[in-house]
Amino acid sequence: MPSTFDTVANIISETCDIPRDTIKPESHAINDLGIDSLDFLDIAFAIDKAFGIKMPLEQWTQEVNDGKATTEQYFQLNNLCTRIDELVAAKGA
Amino acid sequence: MRIEYFQLIDRIVDLDLANQTIRTEARVPTASTIFEGHFPGFPLMPGVLLIEAMAQTSGWLIIGVTRFTRMPFFAALKEAKLRSFITPGQTLALSAKLLHEGSGYAVTKADIRCDGKVACNAEITFRLVDFPNPEFRASMDKMAAILQFPMGALATADTQHG
Repeated sequence: MPSTFDTVANIISETCDIPRDTIKPESHAINDLGIDSLDFLDIAFAIDKAFGIKMPLEQWTQEVNDGKATTEQYFQLNNLCTRIDELVAAKGA
Repeated sequence: MRIEYFQLIDRIVDLDLANQTIRTEARVPTASTIFEGHFPGFPLMPGVLLIEAMAQTSGWLIIGVTRFTRMPFFAALKEAKLRSFITPGQTLALSAKLLHEGSGYAVTKADIRCDGKVACNAEITFRLVDFPNPEFRASMDKMAAILQFPMGALATADTQHG
């Protein structure tokens, strides 16, 4: 079974036509990979489907805009994968 | 259908919130200045307007699912296929199904049938935002009445889920 990171990296690679080997756990989706908000909708749709979750993007964006969180906390891939794992665990609880 | 006012559907026929589907209908006008250019001597309903009709149908579904709390804005189109010509005077049966309601976005699958055959279909992504101002919201209430939006479907769904 692929790891959360592998699944997310494959989704990003296919959705945004980014070479898979350039996508690292420490990559920042926006700053390093150049993913814009519209492409991120496609990625979010694919992630939501793949994991059976609903990533709270609006909440995350609001926290960043309010200065309560940094973009790294949600959009650096290793952190994003941790959030996904938490959502999956919460779903099964 | 009032093309010049960008009203691409005439009536909401059915809104099924349990199955997250909607059906609407529209009649292509027999005359419009648009047909003078598209095309002279061979009037066709422009494909971009058929796509808009599918988007409006999907949009009313999302407005229903979100209980008039969010406004969907057309964001992306995938797998759009324009399968046959649509001409002035034809009646269209449109339908859409919600594939996913995410956080701040939604994805639908929509199609248009004419004479029982699928004339076009697409997958459409919308951004969902709060209504920008009360005037905008009021205009959507007014349009909902014009399109015979079935407010009863919202009450029924609320009762079933309440």
